[in-house]
Amino acid sequence: MSTLTDPTSTGASPGPAAPTGEVVTLVSRKTPVVLGVLTVGLALILLFQPESGETTLRLARETDFFQLPDLTLPTMPTAWALTIVCALLTGESVRRYLAKKRTPMWLVAIYAIAWMTGFLVWAAVGETLPVVGLLAGSLALAVPLVFGALGGVLGERAGVVNIAIDGQLLFGAFAAAVVSSMTGSPWPGLLAASIAGALVALILGLFAISYFVDQIIVGVVLNVLVIGITSFLFSQVLAPNAADLNTSARFKVVPIPVLGDIPLIGPILFRQTPVVYVLYIAVAVVTFALYRTRWGLRVRAVGEHPMAADTVGIKVNRTRYRTILIAGAVAGLGGAFYTLVSVPQFNREMTGGAGYIALAAVIFGKWDPIRATLAALLFGFASNLQGVLSVIGSPVPSQFMLMLPYVVTIFAVAGLVGRSRPPAADGVPYRPQ
Amino acid sequence: MNDAVTNDQAPAPSEKDADKPDAPEPGKGHSVMRQIVAGDVFAGVLAVVLAVLVGSIMVAATDDAVRESAGYLFARPGDFLSAVWDAVWGAYTALFRGAVYNNLVSDFSTQIRPLTETLKFAAPLIVAGLGVGLGFRAGLFNIGGRGQMLLAGGAAGYVGFNFDLPTFIHLPLAILVGMVVGALWAGIAGLLKARTGAHEVIVTIMLNYVAYYLLFYALSKEGLLQAPGSANPKSLPMKESAVLPDILGDRFNLHLGFVLALVAVAYVWWLLNRSALGYRIRAVGENPNAARSAGIDVGRTWVTVMLLAGALVGLAGVNQVLGTVPDGVTLDLDASIGFDAITVALLGRSRPLGILAAGLLFGAFKAGGFSMQAAEGIPVDIVLVVQSLIVLFIAAPPLVRAIFRLPAKEAK
Repeated sequence: MSTLTDPTSTGASPGPAAPTGEVVTLVSRKTPVVLGVLTVGLALILLFQPESGETTLRLARETDFFQLPDLTLPTMPTAWALTIVCALLTGESVRRYLAKKRTPMWLVAIYAIAWMTGFLVWAAVGETLPVVGLLAGSLALAVPLVFGALGGVLGERAGVVNIAIDGQLLFGAFAAAVVSSMTGSPWPGLLAASIAGALVALILGLFAISYFVDQIIVGVVLNVLVIGITSFLFSQVLAPNAADLNTSARFKVVPIPVLGDIPLIGPILFRQTPVVYVLYIAVAVVTFALYRTRWGLRVRAVGEHPMAADTVGIKVNRTRYRTILIAGAVAGLGGAFYTLVSVPQFNREMTGGAGYIALAAVIFGKWDPIRATLAALLFGFASNLQGVLSVIGSPVPSQFMLMLPYVVTIFAVAGLVGRSRPPAADGVPYRPQ
Repeated sequence: MNDAVTNDQAPAPSEKDADKPDAPEPGKGHSVMRQIVAGDVFAGVLAVVLAVLVGSIMVAATDDAVRESAGYLFARPGDFLSAVWDAVWGAYTALFRGAVYNNLVSDFSTQIRPLTETLKFAAPLIVAGLGVGLGFRAGLFNIGGRGQMLLAGGAAGYVGFNFDLPTFIHLPLAILVGMVVGALWAGIAGLLKARTGAHEVIVTIMLNYVAYYLLFYALSKEGLLQAPGSANPKSLPMKESAVLPDILGDRFNLHLGFVLALVAVAYVWWLLNRSALGYRIRAVGENPNAARSAGIDVGRTWVTVMLLAGALVGLAGVNQVLGTVPDGVTLDLDASIGFDAITVALLGRSRPLGILAAGLLFGAFKAGGFSMQAAEGIPVDIVLVVQSLIVLFIAAPPLVRAIFRLPAKEAK
């Protein structure tokens, strides 16, 4: 399928073509350029919209074991200091480019944190920025996105484009709500969500693997189908019997004994609902399984070159079925977040297109579970920023703050990530000879 | 008989047929029948039948009378069957009355009013479907229909309520501005893909959100789009001179947008099948590497396709703002058409005439779905289920064949 496959080169490929017989490492100049543009942008904001005052960063919540004192910073000096940090990091990136070295991931990460902090310190002038609440909330909001992205990575690594992530999330949410309402406990709901996700994946597999239907078509249509079925059943069955079928038991926050008491990190990472802890396990297991086990090697082989995999005796389509069923189960777990953590009932179209954001995270993360997770966390941060900014107010219209993460993503995809290369056989059905 | 069935490769009468020349040619007759049976049209009809069947099961299974009678199914199975029949028959006749022809009223114009409603709903689906389908033909997946519609609708609305101009300037200007804005917005995705390789799926999804917040900002700022003295994110209604005129008189809501949709179908058909650009688009869609080897500027073609697609999807937004809902720009002006267009394009197999047919079908579902909900209390969402099942079944002819045990289609 050509729609998801980038050609290997276009007229605008960066750098000169490598002369034959000579090894030349091509380093993209996009990263330093984008970092530079962002630094200048931040500096311009500070120049033309200076704010006098102080910004308070709240580093602990009342319930925390260690009460870190609030950090009160003079707004403009802090923002300028962070801008200088950004400029230095940009300089380092340029230096590496000139030395024909790549800009490492950690540099971009530190840059992103410095830039965002500088911007927020400026935006929240005269107010208190609840750092812990912001980050902990971001993590919670990112849960369905991370599960969805993991499901997407798994499927696509095996060569099946999974656009049906949104459907898997939504059906997972539906099943979780119904089962946990009937049993009165969230755990069976979580299991049901996982099964529901796998069910959607099974239909995807049936059409995409067995009947060679274009996987993008199946994915998009499955999303619509799940919206239709869940909305129909919601108004016909759930709404009239809400007390029995649509009052789910929610997960409670369970602090992990010692880890949860670490200042700053503890309340963010280890005072969450069990779903978040399942998420940690899922990220670790998926990453390990994909890169360090024989099963993972086979999955990747099937996704890159199914015919070669077939030649050495790997059952291509059976491997693909198995992988997307697991992928669907993982994505379905994410759906449980909506009805077992977020709100105690199912509502029509309650995922709000989160599956498509998860899909973007998959591509943003270059089909790698860790990077896709980070991308999903970024989106979670973006959606949580919305609530925080509406509370503290900011000098720029809130709509522009809200669109910022999406603009940054476009920048990142065009500049930092550049040409992302999907698994070679992604979206191509395999017909055994 | 089997001989005759396999005989369709040889249209000339064989020696065996030659000794009884008066007999009808079984080979030929069968080959026509076989083509129909194995052809796409028949499989399409069966797909619709199958989808309607599944829809019926869902309607019946959630109907109160059916569930009640299922309780004493073995005592009085007749009750159960008639309850099922009532539920399903009621649903589909209500759908038909809402979408095509209402036989319950006496005067003619009210009787055919549902048909005009169908055409009204179909118009934006058709143009937006054309935009998405054009992208598919070039190998581009444009999920950005929502953003393109929002901004195009917002821009057309700005022209529509802000200026005082004679109709013959005002209306074309508003339409044009909307289409240009839609084109430019989609063009961003095309340009980024051509110049940096940024994936158009990500970029168009992100642009949807950016467009939403841009429109939100414009609608909450007086002087841009927000109506003066209002706290709601809504603009003033369109001036009379910028509203798409009703084409069947005041009694019907059908407006000029449907005619524009038909023009768009003709244009895209001409573009794809008769123009040099269309040839390049198809070549890039089939195989970009081969197209590049043949001297086609692939990046440029992508940008052009996205511009055209954005203009078409933008026209759908314009159609909503200036025609269907002319009382002001709102944040939900896209009415999920941007996403429905993807299904329409898929069902129409990205062919202009196919998209026309698919758009009409989905328009009928939309018009009928609402009256079905009103008359029978069946949630309109059942329409989504039937629509998506139709696309699934049509996309998988082997599955439909397997279900109905039809002969397999021969490889060409």
